[in-house]
Amino acid sequence: MSDLLKGNTGEWEMVIGLEIHAQVISNAKLFSGAATAFGAEPNSQVSLVDAAMPGMLPVLNEESVRQAVRTGLALNSKINHHSVFARKNYFYPDLPQGYQISQYELPVVGEGKIEIDLPNGDIKVVEIERLHLEQDAGKSMHDQHPTKTYIDLNRSGVTLMEIVSKPDMRSAEEAVVYVTKVRSILRYIESCDGNMQEGSLRCDANVSVRRPGDELGTRCEIKNLNSLRFLRQAIDHEAMRQIEVIEDGGLIPQETRLYDPDKGETRSMRSKEEAYDYRYFPDPDLLPLDLSEDFVAAMKASLPELPDVRKSRLVSEFGLSAYDASVLVAERETVDYFETVANGRDAKLAANWVISDLFGRLNKTGTPVSQSPVKAEALGELIDLISDQTISGRIAKDVFADMFETGKGAAAIVEDKGLRQVTDTGTIRAQVQAVIDANPDKVVDYRAGNQKLVGWFMGQVMQASQGKANPAMVNQLLKEIISG
Amino acid sequence: MSLDKETVRKIASLARLKVPDEELETMAGELNNILGWIEQLREVDTEGIAPMTSVTVTVPALRADRVTDGGYVDLVLANAPEEVANSFVVPKVIE
Repeated sequence: MSDLLKGNTGEWEMVIGLEIHAQVISNAKLFSGAATAFGAEPNSQVSLVDAAMPGMLPVLNEESVRQAVRTGLALNSKINHHSVFARKNYFYPDLPQGYQISQYELPVVGEGKIEIDLPNGDIKVVEIERLHLEQDAGKSMHDQHPTKTYIDLNRSGVTLMEIVSKPDMRSAEEAVVYVTKVRSILRYIESCDGNMQEGSLRCDANVSVRRPGDELGTRCEIKNLNSLRFLRQAIDHEAMRQIEVIEDGGLIPQETRLYDPDKGETRSMRSKEEAYDYRYFPDPDLLPLDLSEDFVAAMKASLPELPDVRKSRLVSEFGLSAYDASVLVAERETVDYFETVANGRDAKLAANWVISDLFGRLNKTGTPVSQSPVKAEALGELIDLISDQTISGRIAKDVFADMFETGKGAAAIVEDKGLRQVTDTGTIRAQVQAVIDANPDKVVDYRAGNQKLVGWFMGQVMQASQGKANPAMVNQLLKEIISG
Repeated sequence: MSLDKETVRKIASLARLKVPDEELETMAGELNNILGWIEQLREVDTEGIAPMTSVTVTVPALRADRVTDGGYVDLVLANAPEEVANSFVVPKVIE
């Protein structure tokens, strides 16, 4: 296996399990009616429940329950019809209750599994341990004052889903692919916007190393990784650190660590003596959550076509390669765009245009597909012009560049610039003849056996026609005339 | 089950309670009384009986996903020891 790490004393295997904290898309918080919008003035979206004023009681948001169940179903996981909210006790200034309401022994979603597509084309199954609902904490700002911390409770009480995987990943790459897949599923079903920059999706990585085939090693948890780049770097650095410690004869203590992207290293967050003892117990303010069969069935019915199913359909219905299909289904907006373009047209041609030309330009300008200056219908129109031979594929590239710049329609650009393909035999024959007449020495070469010169002649004719001559006709007429 | 002084000291520290050394013994005694009573309750045979959460309501009330609360920074910050720019201000905490 190529994923093994080389140490000084032999090979090592990394073992990674991930906890993903995904913020549920909802108007109000998990247990209060305060708003959840990102970027509001500090403490303007805080109810007395979120501020943990004495006597305030939590009331569960039905949308949070709906989304947790939908997400569990989309992750092919078991829905627990009976689940219980529990208090996780610890002190921190951004946690006014002194405990986080979470789920412990009985989470709303139990075990399941998803498939991830590895870069080498293999499919790997990653098992889900559980998904539970919990409150987010407030936000601490440490950089506003030399000796003070500022606290904003707007995020306090916002609904999070914690999605816990089993320790099934064996490389940072697999971890990144797994998070990308979960994020894609969450975005498909619209239970989380997946915005890592705004903190709507964050990861904790449990990393350990072992000799291939050995028992699991002691793990360290790296907290709060808020980008895929940091996730990858933190895992790689942490695994190498552990290998060095063990090869030097040391032991890895189980601990929580932080990744410092500036220094490119992880460091211990708290020592064992300070280790948290959460003393979980069922929250006496909240009844257990009991879900009916009907409710779960209704949630199942509310799910859209999921990425895996959609991918198989693109392969079977449109004849795309598995690779092209997986690129297209990663984002729902993208595959919706593709299907609009492909509808009633050559699907492979449509896929090429979307993946190579559209993505190429969108990536260059950092534009999401939803804001593409070329809409799906407009790209479809361009492809129609290629299919009915109004323009050549070569000219279409220029037309597309123009569409992307100006937002104009394909047909309008072709008319305005006179790019219509020349398919008139007489015209093309004259152009071919002119090129041949002007290069008698090359004609002699060709007839003497230098077949490669056909390409050169093609180029000359295409240039003479400003790219507008139909290439297939040029090719045919060229061979006919040059052979004499 | 019986708590010793050290355990009481640890529980107090987890709960951020400052208990003077001379009171630890007394507190251990009080806590042990409570635990003793719970031990007594545990003598009842509850094998195969589902835990009962309430004698009345069995289905929790759910809240519709509407914004009905918040928007009163002054009220939220009314008891803050210190505040700047609508934020609580506390001594620096960095882990």
